[in-house]
Amino acid sequence: MTAATIDVVDEAGARQLVLAGDWRLATMPQPIAAFELRVRQLATGNPAWDLHLVSRLDSAGATLLWRVWGRQWPASVALSDEHRALLERVAAISSEPAVVPQVRDALAPIAALGQLSLAAFRHLVEIIALIGQLVLDLGYLCVHPREIPWREFSANLYKSGARALPVIALIGFLIGIVLSYLSALQLKTFGADVFIVNLLGISIVRELGPMLVAVLVAGRSGSAMTAQIGVMRVTEEIDALATMGVSRSQRLLLPKVLALAVAMPLLVIWCSAAGIIGGMIAAKLQMGLSYAYFIDTLPRVVPVANVWIGLCKGLVFGVLIALIACHFGLRVKPNTESLSALTTSSVVCSITVAILVDAVFAVATRGLGLP
Amino acid sequence: MSASPAADRLLPPVIEIRGLYTQFDDLVVHRDIDLDIEAGQMLGLVGGSGSGKTTLLREMVGLLAPSRGTVRLFGQSVLDTDPQRRRALRRRFGMLFQQGALFSALSVFDNIAFPLRELHTLDEGMVADLVFLKLAMVELEARHARLMPAELSGGMVKRVALARALSLEPELLVLDEPTAGLDPDRSESFVKLLRMLQKELGFTVVMVTHDPETLAGLATRLAVLADQRIVACGTAAEVAAVDHPFVRNFFDSGRAAAAIRQVQG
Repeated sequence: MTAATIDVVDEAGARQLVLAGDWRLATMPQPIAAFELRVRQLATGNPAWDLHLVSRLDSAGATLLWRVWGRQWPASVALSDEHRALLERVAAISSEPAVVPQVRDALAPIAALGQLSLAAFRHLVEIIALIGQLVLDLGYLCVHPREIPWREFSANLYKSGARALPVIALIGFLIGIVLSYLSALQLKTFGADVFIVNLLGISIVRELGPMLVAVLVAGRSGSAMTAQIGVMRVTEEIDALATMGVSRSQRLLLPKVLALAVAMPLLVIWCSAAGIIGGMIAAKLQMGLSYAYFIDTLPRVVPVANVWIGLCKGLVFGVLIALIACHFGLRVKPNTESLSALTTSSVVCSITVAILVDAVFAVATRGLGLP
Repeated sequence: MSASPAADRLLPPVIEIRGLYTQFDDLVVHRDIDLDIEAGQMLGLVGGSGSGKTTLLREMVGLLAPSRGTVRLFGQSVLDTDPQRRRALRRRFGMLFQQGALFSALSVFDNIAFPLRELHTLDEGMVADLVFLKLAMVELEARHARLMPAELSGGMVKRVALARALSLEPELLVLDEPTAGLDPDRSESFVKLLRMLQKELGFTVVMVTHDPETLAGLATRLAVLADQRIVACGTAAEVAAVDHPFVRNFFDSGRAAAAIRQVQG
């Protein structure tokens, strides 16, 4: 392989450009953009071209020459038939690709906002349709209990429930310790040490437990569900199910929603328990509050209604997370970009919705369970 | 890159495999394989299912390291530890994957432009010109450039993948089941296209295929992989003369035999 060269020969006032070597992508001087510019400068004044010494020409070399020639044959050019054929090939198709003019629209931000709202509205409508479908499926399964997908249900329960226990216990425990430690410092200054039980009990059982679990489950199981359904769509597995007469909503979506509906309240209790144990240990270490006192006081200062509120939140969050995950999973288009974008949307949307619903709960239950 | 014309004639084989040995846990796939592929040859690698054809192909292009032995492309080791040299070497061949392996997030245009842009030496105008040229080479139209891979038919995916494999003007084209999943009509026209491009651009071809028609249409030489070795390598006539159960079986089965006997060489 020899490098591409270009020589200027001045003969009797007529300028001639003599090209030699391999005019190939790999052998043209790098960077090629700069080389093209140099050839273009040499080409001013309509010189004659001699390509006989070019040993090999590939489509990159031919394209470069054709561009330098301004997409037309120069007045005088000498070359072999083989190279002429290649250049003719380039000439046949090469036309400046149409450049789409970028129009800047002053109203673009407003239009984008409108599109965003419309998209959000469409998502809402589709999720409601999904809920309707699942309710119909539930009704159908009540009449035909033989078709209840127990295996899928238990698999989902295990994956999103049982396997989440260790991480949820750890996080709940640590948050309990942190909360207890920080509160203890504040309460001490008021001499209100004993109220640590009220503070921890209400906040963890009613609020923090469900919220922590919702965030963790949305990140852990919600994303997994979206990705799984999305990939099943990409690989046409969902279509395969449909051709076998298996309802995708009954076999794929319903078990996920039901499994999270069952698993979430249990995880909430698990998380709250871990949080309170953590808080109890920190209270003992920090303020010397005995375990016996803590356990004895807890049921008196935290009305049982709070536990029910926590459980209800868990149930609602679980159903919502699974619904949103399934909804986004079903919208995945067969490309990797769409899969990653929708998995992200699924998690962000689940967490946002969980927090919104939590606020609604706080307002709706403000008269309940507070001594 | 530059060498004198005299050295040109002494070029090493395009692919040179010496003492290649592949083992996955207890499973020995290849045992001491030696294989040379000279420039301009079109070699069809045949063998039974699970005989390690695709594995050998992956080792040729450096996607997989053999347990023992060496693979040299253009006289250089494919597993060169110097990233600069390795990248330069990998730009000298193109690979056509069985499923096309187009980047699903990029349009047809961007897929073909990707290797060109990776060179960082071409301006966008030149890239666009080259992409449209490659599209025309694989007999697709300019309007297809805007499509996404998911919108393409099976035959078009193969063509776009071929255009991408050819975008750096490779000296070697590695084909993994080039016509798998295409109907006979499309498969025939794809083989015709490959042959035409090979004649025009003069690259070396190594392919793995199950389809006798594809072999007959493209290969000028055959290498038979059986019993973890290359049991025969050469033109169809040379291979047919080898006395080995797999070779006999291969040439005795009606359709394959009829097609393979046409392999010129």
